[in-house]
Formats: sequence, C-alpha cells, structure tokens
Amino acid sequence: MTSDLAPQTYAITRAELVRYAGASGDFNPIHWSDRVATGVGLPGVIAHGMLTMALAGRAVTAWVGGDPGAITDYSVRFARPVVVPDDDSGTELTVTGVVKQVGDDGIAQIDITAVCAGEKVLAQAKAWVRAAALAPATGRAIDHAATA
Amino acid sequence: MPLDPGYTGRSFPPTVPYAVGPEKIREFAQAIGANDAVHVDPAAAAALGYPDVIAPPTFPIVVTAETMQQLVDDPGLGLDFSRVVHGDQRFTYVRPVRAGDVLTCVCTVAEIAERGGHGFLTTRTEITDATGELVVTATAKLVVRGE
Repeated sequence: MTSDLAPQTYAITRAELVRYAGASGDFNPIHWSDRVATGVGLPGVIAHGMLTMALAGRAVTAWVGGDPGAITDYSVRFARPVVVPDDDSGTELTVTGVVKQVGDDGIAQIDITAVCAGEKVLAQAKAWVRAAALAPATGRAIDHAATA
Repeated sequence: MPLDPGYTGRSFPPTVPYAVGPEKIREFAQAIGANDAVHVDPAAAAALGYPDVIAPPTFPIVVTAETMQQLVDDPGLGLDFSRVVHGDQRFTYVRPVRAGDVLTCVCTVAEIAERGGHGFLTTRTEITDATGELVVTATAKLVVRGE
C-alpha cells in the first residue's frame, strides 16, 4: 500500500537563517556570510541542514494532524546544500511524502522527498509515525489507493 | 590528522543537564515556523495527553550541542571541525521532549570509517531525563572532508 501525502512548501530567506542560527545556537558562518561560504567552495550562503530537516519535520507534523509526538523515528541524509540568495524571496523547499507501509504495530513508514531549485536536497529521508494519527490526513490518498 | 578508529565504542562523560523551558521551545518552534499549538499552549498539549508543551521533532539537536563540543575538544579523536559536513541525522523517540525536562546526553562513538579520502564518524547520543529514562536517541553521521 502506498499513498501520497499533501505537499508542503516552505520559503527560506536569509532572515530565516539568522533566526534559526539564534534559536539553535548553530552560528557556523557558512549560514550567514557569503564571504566565508564562497571561501570554502560553496556557491553562497546555505541553509543549516538541521533547518531543512526541521522544515521537512513540519511537513510530517502536518501529516499527523499537528501532533509531532506521533512521530517515533525520523531520519535524513543531507544530499545537497540549500543555497539561499540574499534577496526578499530567498528560496523554496517543497516536501512531499508517500506512506510506504503500515506495520502490524500500527507504525507507518513515510518516505519523504524534499526539493529545492529542482534538486532533491535530502536523501533516504524517512519518518515512522503512529498510523492512527495519519489516518485523517491521508483520507484523500486512501480513497486514491482504494480505486487503484 | 585522521580520525582515530580506536575511539569506536567509546562513550563521553554525561553532559551538563539541559533544562528545557517553555520559552526555548517557543523560540525554536517560531524559528522553524512551526505554529502548532502543542508547542506554545499547555492546554493544547494537555488535550493531546502531554503534561506540558512539547518541542518540535528536531529540537533534540539543540540539547546535543555540548556533545559536539566534547568530540571537538578531545585531543586524541582527531576531529577537525573546520572540515566537518553533517552527513546524516536520525532521531528515535521514546516520547517528545517537553517543557520541564532536565536532559542529559551520553555520546558514544558508534563507527569510524574512511572511504575515498574522507573520514566518517557516526555518533549515537542517548538523551535521558532526570529520572534516567531514555527520551530520544540521536544518531549523527559526520563527514570529515579529506585534505
């Protein structure tokens, strides 16, 4: 059984990077200084990988009806940097998910895709969630599966 | 200096306890744009069965920050932080972190490898509450870029 979850889109601007740096305590200058970022070979300032993971986590939280406590396991690989230009619109992260399976223990496996500027920025991103929390959010997709 | 594979299996001393406050949860949730009431409203959290507001799923990375410092400060491990790239991150939850938690981390070096001139360091950090119960396990793979 597979079913698609509603795509979620998040804007990321330099202001978000500053705010995340302060809240997380990760002040690595590649997340706020173009000089430092380009100096280590990056195209420019990039988002914290943990911010990307947090935003994809927001998508998972939305899919389980706003209760992140329904998530039992969450893992990602940081595949590509999320470059954030110094302008008002920044960049955009689109997060989609597919329910791959629901185990006998009632835990559903969600495979997550996170795309920025046409590239997958996370790989092997998965969340395991209590399927009971997922049910209302996947109503549309379950209908789809039933007719497949 | 390459990573010393002899550190595999070694655990670092417990970190200084981290007291999770509601305002820190609010600040972190706002920084990632997580507007769910369960992060800021104790009544909303209680309605879902939690004794206080709960943190977003990736908040434990804040709690583990001191373990990163332990790795960097260890003179024998050979971790050059200026070459570190965050490769993978995983959280396995017993329950969500919540306001009022006093959390301690014990970081263990799970694996050290070298491939293609790059070093790979996998750590497993167990985050326990004041009663010693496991709350979340954070697993990180760090890539140390070759020179």
